Amino acid sequence: MMKIYIIWLRQIKRYFRSRSRLIGSIAQPLLFLLALGFGFGPIFQKAGGGNYIQFLAPGIIGMAILTTSLFSGAEIIWDRQFGFLKEMLVAPISRLEIMIGRTLGGATVAVLQGMIVFLISFLVGFRPQATFWPLALIFMFLVAILFCALGTTIASLLTDIQGFQLIMNFLVMPLFFLSGALFPLQGLPQIFIKIASLDPLSYGVDGLRASLIGGAHFGFLADFAVLGIVASLFLVLGSYFFSKMEI
Amino acid sequence: MNNIIEVKNLTKKFGDFVAVNNISFDVKEGEIFAFLGPNGAGKTTTIKMLTTILHPTKGQIKLNGFDVVKEPTKARQSFGIVFQDYSLDDELTAFENMEFHGVLYQVPKEIRRSRIEYLLKLVELWQRRKDLVKNFSGGMKRRLETARGLLHHPKILFLDEPTLGLDPQTRNLIWSYIKNLNKEERITVFFTTHYMEEAEKIADRVAIIDYGKIIAQGTPVELKEKTKTQSLEEAFIKLTGHQIREEEANSVDRMRMRRRVRFGR
Repeated sequence: MMKIYIIWLRQIKRYFRSRSRLIGSIAQPLLFLLALGFGFGPIFQKAGGGNYIQFLAPGIIGMAILTTSLFSGAEIIWDRQFGFLKEMLVAPISRLEIMIGRTLGGATVAVLQGMIVFLISFLVGFRPQATFWPLALIFMFLVAILFCALGTTIASLLTDIQGFQLIMNFLVMPLFFLSGALFPLQGLPQIFIKIASLDPLSYGVDGLRASLIGGAHFGFLADFAVLGIVASLFLVLGSYFFSKMEI
Repeated sequence: MNNIIEVKNLTKKFGDFVAVNNISFDVKEGEIFAFLGPNGAGKTTTIKMLTTILHPTKGQIKLNGFDVVKEPTKARQSFGIVFQDYSLDDELTAFENMEFHGVLYQVPKEIRRSRIEYLLKLVELWQRRKDLVKNFSGGMKRRLETARGLLHHPKILFLDEPTLGLDPQTRNLIWSYIKNLNKEERITVFFTTHYMEEAEKIADRVAIIDYGKIIAQGTPVELKEKTKTQSLEEAFIKLTGHQIREEEANSVDRMRMRRRVRFGR
């Protein structure tokens, strides 16, 4: 347990020491929240959708967690380039423990980022209404763990940071746009709903939205089950590739 | 005496390039063993395989009785290593790097804290323990790295050029600490170095590797007698020749090479 804790602690320390990272990864969600929130607000209202900021905020929180989690995989590549990965790989600790410590660390950082976005959205007028809002924290963690594990999996297979960034940019946008973070899934063409239901982030955004403002598309249970299963799957996959890694 | 390191027919190939070519050797428990060779001879590749971070193409390695491929975690419990290149976390302080290592190797808290203080004082970094490592000079990082490798007292200590780039004062300090560990706690030491007088003075036995093959093994005295030379350095040059070798590819180069081989680029 101490070993997992010290790996987790290392990531938290690194996060709080790097202010540029903190600000950098908040900037994009903030832009989306403000530009889209106020830009589409009037149309959304006219179309009978209600207050757009209310609808959008959970989606943007999901986005902040998605990007922070996925990019946390980059740390493995940095660690490899700076040699610190060797220090961990020769230590008497199982690859699974390293994977768990890293994922928890990355997930904690991602959830913190999500909370910051939550606070900011509160400042621009977002008011959670549903009574299940403590559940939101659980969904935030599930989404964070899922995408941290995916980021780690991809990072274990790559050695250069440029390649990693390319793949991440290729992943982040579709995952985000197809998740229903920006628009309601109800009433969309069937084909689109099918695609959205293949995107794990859809369930995260749905769970967040349901617990913050109510009205789930897939339902709490489905959200919870899908996120849990996919997260476990990525964790196993990540540990496997991580254990195969050579320096 | 038991063999604590047993290497049989070890081979590592990167594509067509044979980095380590069918080598076998044993190291006895409590021995100080020097692994010498010119640049690119296969020293670091061998150490990487011994320390479980690179899989052998062929052959068997046993550390403390554990097969490094089949029981890597148990094998890892048996050794510590000081790497040739940097393996510190720049964003952590000197103390935090030590603490991280101590926790991973399950050194009990009280022993850990007192040893960290002792070792950081030994390498004269105690005053700087709260500074981030990214602000350290190359020599300071090297000293911290060596101190970290000595923090848990493992059964086998691998040192890949531990004193590279250090001044004679620090080198002497570190070697006397290592010799003491070897004597008091019977820690087996396996090290590589380019300083032949260091190997001659400290090692009980020496193996010389060249072009991936072990070309001589024995005590420094035996090697000198065999080559009819006065010092280990002369013996080394007589055995390996005067020609200067190409620098060994680093891991990134090798990765590129592997990718080229795999995808035929």
